[in-house]
Amino acid sequence: MTMAIETRALTKSFGKVRALDGLDLAVEGGETHGFLGPNGAGKTTTIRVLLGLLRHDGGAVSVLGGDPWHDAVSLHRRLAYVPGDVHLWPNLTGGEVIDLLGDLRGGLDPTRRGELIDRFQLDPTKRCRTYSKGNRQKIAIIAAFAADVDLLLLDEPTSGLDPLMAARFEQVVREATDAGRTVLLSSHVLAEAEALCDRVSIIRHGRIVESGTLTELRHLTRTSVTVQTARPIQGLDERHGVHDVEVEGDRARFEVDPDHLDATLRHLTDHEVRALTSTPPTLAELFLRHYGDDLDGSAGSDAT
Amino acid sequence: MTATTGTLRLLRLAIRRDRIVLTVWVVALGLLVIASVASVAGLYTSQAEREMAAAFTAANRMARAFDGPAMGASVGALTMTEAFGVLAILAGLMSIQTVTRHTRQDEETGRAELLGSAVVGHQARLTAALLLVTAANVALAAVTTGALLAQGLPVAGSLAAGVALGGVGLSFAAIASVTAQLAESQRAATGLASAALGVAYLLRAVGDAAGEVAESGVELISAWPSWLSPIGWGQQVRPFGGDQWSVLILFAALAAILIAIAFALSSRRDLGGALLPTRPGPPTAGGRLRTPLRLTWRLQRGMLLAWMVGAAVVAGALGALGDGAEELVGLSEELAATFEQMAAGGSMLDVYMAFVMGIVGIATAGFAIQSVLRAQTEESSERLEPLLATALSRSRWLGANATFVVVGTASIVGVAGLFAGTSYGIVTGDLATGLTSFLSAGAVQLPAALLLAGLVTLVFGVVPRLAVGIGWAALAASFALGQLGELLGVPQAVMNLSPFTHVPAVPAEDLAVGPLLALTSIAAAFAVIGLLTFRQRDLKV
Repeated sequence: MTMAIETRALTKSFGKVRALDGLDLAVEGGETHGFLGPNGAGKTTTIRVLLGLLRHDGGAVSVLGGDPWHDAVSLHRRLAYVPGDVHLWPNLTGGEVIDLLGDLRGGLDPTRRGELIDRFQLDPTKRCRTYSKGNRQKIAIIAAFAADVDLLLLDEPTSGLDPLMAARFEQVVREATDAGRTVLLSSHVLAEAEALCDRVSIIRHGRIVESGTLTELRHLTRTSVTVQTARPIQGLDERHGVHDVEVEGDRARFEVDPDHLDATLRHLTDHEVRALTSTPPTLAELFLRHYGDDLDGSAGSDAT
Repeated sequence: MTATTGTLRLLRLAIRRDRIVLTVWVVALGLLVIASVASVAGLYTSQAEREMAAAFTAANRMARAFDGPAMGASVGALTMTEAFGVLAILAGLMSIQTVTRHTRQDEETGRAELLGSAVVGHQARLTAALLLVTAANVALAAVTTGALLAQGLPVAGSLAAGVALGGVGLSFAAIASVTAQLAESQRAATGLASAALGVAYLLRAVGDAAGEVAESGVELISAWPSWLSPIGWGQQVRPFGGDQWSVLILFAALAAILIAIAFALSSRRDLGGALLPTRPGPPTAGGRLRTPLRLTWRLQRGMLLAWMVGAAVVAGALGALGDGAEELVGLSEELAATFEQMAAGGSMLDVYMAFVMGIVGIATAGFAIQSVLRAQTEESSERLEPLLATALSRSRWLGANATFVVVGTASIVGVAGLFAGTSYGIVTGDLATGLTSFLSAGAVQLPAALLLAGLVTLVFGVVPRLAVGIGWAALAASFALGQLGELLGVPQAVMNLSPFTHVPAVPAEDLAVGPLLALTSIAAAFAVIGLLTFRQRDLKV
């Protein structure tokens, strides 16, 4: 499979601030790739470099086999973009903006345009100054998905959408993937990434700190276990790979590394297990593992 | 909690937001007052000259319509006759923009919602905006009075002029407080109030044109339409020409009535709601926005049309005055000397035509700069980002904007030349001379106007955040050098910095092609360098 997006050791600084610090991102053709990180991690900067709106300082970057800075115009015919914060011309109507962006990209499918306007329940006759944030977001989404392109760059596209519209959006992304399109979905809504993405990359301070399929990433993360036994549990604290143990009589709660799950379960069965629930790690926990120390440092919360 | 709870805190916020812009407005208007007095005192050095100038303005219908009613033959009265109209328009614009900025703009951007959720009464924002604009107009009245006193003019007249100007400002603040309730966007609210300002100016122009010369011969008794206009009231106060204090009551009455209406409307509507309905627009672009040039046209056509209308009105009036140009120039030895120096050998009429189109040229450079700066706004407001994420290259986008600037600037100067020439032709019966002279006098201004646009494009390419400041400073400097340079004895080397210094005074002078080609080349070089640097830099978002 060819790479739709590939960056190696990408760097970008704004004055003294190093926004991208050796970013290695690989998105395969045809996949939906989640690009996760909190505000300020460098997601938008990365996407703007991929669009040729910003020029990178160092490293290498390729989009659909081309250089995003030098081949901007020809590449843009093959990709569509939804900005995180959509700013529009106050005196143009929503319908006019959709057509404007479509025309400048080389035309859009009028049937698909009409269908998307219906699905997202957008009134295209209103002036942009009167649209709410969610409605402005819808305009950018409709313009992007009505275009016949190979690659979709979506920068936090559902911010401002209500849950119903967010669900419609997920459906539209799935249809795009089924049609063979590549999607880069930047987000901090982890449930959305979990529902849509084949693979995810987690960005922190301008670097990718984790990348892989959800299964691969889960393998790196602890499983939460709650157990009730006939005899009081002993010796759990001393076992390798077991963390955050809370024992209360015949009940225990703890977390266990995936490599030690089997051995730990054997240890539990020695105490006659009555009930057991285990929760696989969610993306949120995965995410917090990389950002937990930020939270501890700044907010002092009990992130795990 | 009452309807005005929180007003003082909001007023402090408004002062914090506007401390620079309002200071600049008031100081600039004060300087304009000083410059106007200095110009009148410099042009008409003897009482006899002033009597003739006042008699001319009182007797000539076009001069009456354009300047204002003649108020007498003193320096102060002549200054008020010639400058009060312009000062009144500027005071009106300052007040209108201040009111809509703190009322409708806050609602449009959602700031009002955030404020409204705090302990703030529902009339507090409007009250704070009106208090701010009242303070600005009091400051304007004080600065104007001070500026006139500093020029050695009588106390009573100076005070009357200051208060009258503040009164005009307050009237249009009150009008804007009503239009801000009617329209849904700041742009529409400002547009409606500005239209009222235009109508006010026209009403007094009609009233003054239809007036009668008083027995003194140096004063005009305006006809009734002048009394329907707040600008007209300001002139009827007759500063330095009788000081009619009682007229000031009209300002107070109008402001009180309109502000009461604004509060009543404001209490009856929702936040963000408007009394004028917004019509739905077209659901599709239908190919009207297929190219970047069409988009530029769509986004800037309103501005261009407004400039064309303004140019047509002003140039039409100045063109009709051309018939009396010799007489007008002959009123002042000083002016006659300047004109003769401008074009040795040319007729006074030719010099006048070159002079009129010179003013049109530098004013139109204002449009050219404004239009280039729209490109900068597109970038800084992040609207450019989705455009450049399509198959639109940076060169095509900026090229479309540059094309619009060139064609728009040429159209405005062309319209001005056409209207000036036609009105001259109607008055004198010599249409051919009018059209060829005014049009050629206008055409030679284009390279200089476009050079300033090129400069702004260059700055936009290199350091976009400085484009606004450098653009307007360059225009102000060119204007100041052109108007006051000779008077103040500025060295030629400095005068040469203004592109307009190099424009030949066609039709009074021969058409010198060299300087025009040089100006055009520099303008093009600036624009190209601006484009090349813009292509190489990060988008500033």
